[in-house]
Amino acid sequence: MGNGTSIGRVRGKGSAHNGAHHWLSFRYTSVGSLLLTLWFGASLLMLPNFGYAALREWLASPLAATALALFIVVNVWHAQQGLRVVIEDYVHEEGNKFASLIALNLVCFAAAAFGLFCVIRLALGGA
Amino acid sequence: MAQQAGTRNRPLSPHLQIWRWGPGMLSSILHRATGIAASVGIFVLLWWLGALVAGPAAYAKFVDLADSPLGILILLGISYSVIAHGITGIRHFVLDTGAGYELDTNKRWATICTALGVILTAVFWAALLLR
Repeated sequence: MGNGTSIGRVRGKGSAHNGAHHWLSFRYTSVGSLLLTLWFGASLLMLPNFGYAALREWLASPLAATALALFIVVNVWHAQQGLRVVIEDYVHEEGNKFASLIALNLVCFAAAAFGLFCVIRLALGGA
Repeated sequence: MAQQAGTRNRPLSPHLQIWRWGPGMLSSILHRATGIAASVGIFVLLWWLGALVAGPAAYAKFVDLADSPLGILILLGISYSVIAHGITGIRHFVLDTGAGYELDTNKRWATICTALGVILTAVFWAALLLR
């Protein structure tokens, strides 16, 4: 049982009274992911081919580059939220869970940073 | 505390071995599995973009790999995961409102959503190949 403080309540028995925030935020990113993934799928279908030149031309457009940047951010974010829930469901040992969540966050930040760097290079840089 | 919580014999997340298989349960676990697979797909997307940044020669190597039988199988798997996860995600949105829990309704929509994942993936690839 908890000792009356917030952390005591969490350790003792369940609710920290902020679970709804993660749950809602997860729904927000899922809507963004749905819209941007529809855009991404439609864009793939509208590309003339998947050759180097066609793709460079596509991503030279500011609109496409912006949407692709958002696509990467929202999907990495949504994946982080989802994989976090998976880890919390299956990794019960506290130390392992903590380490897994840290690793997950590091990988997700790195993935988003690399993706954004690539989009910016493709949008602004020469070949 | 937490360590004790793990050793106490409390009910944890539902397990595949315990739940009886049915359309609703299949749709639910597929949602999780496709979500994990789609997350892995992000790294293929990053690989693709990284190859583009690295230049025409590196990109040609990527296309060679992606165009191989294994590459196509992986891309099929990723596209199925993304599409199926989107559809079961919409199903979860409806369930979140508290609707669709009647046994018949739940069973029907779980079946429809699971089938739609496969059908729309086929439609996507048909559209891609027939452009």
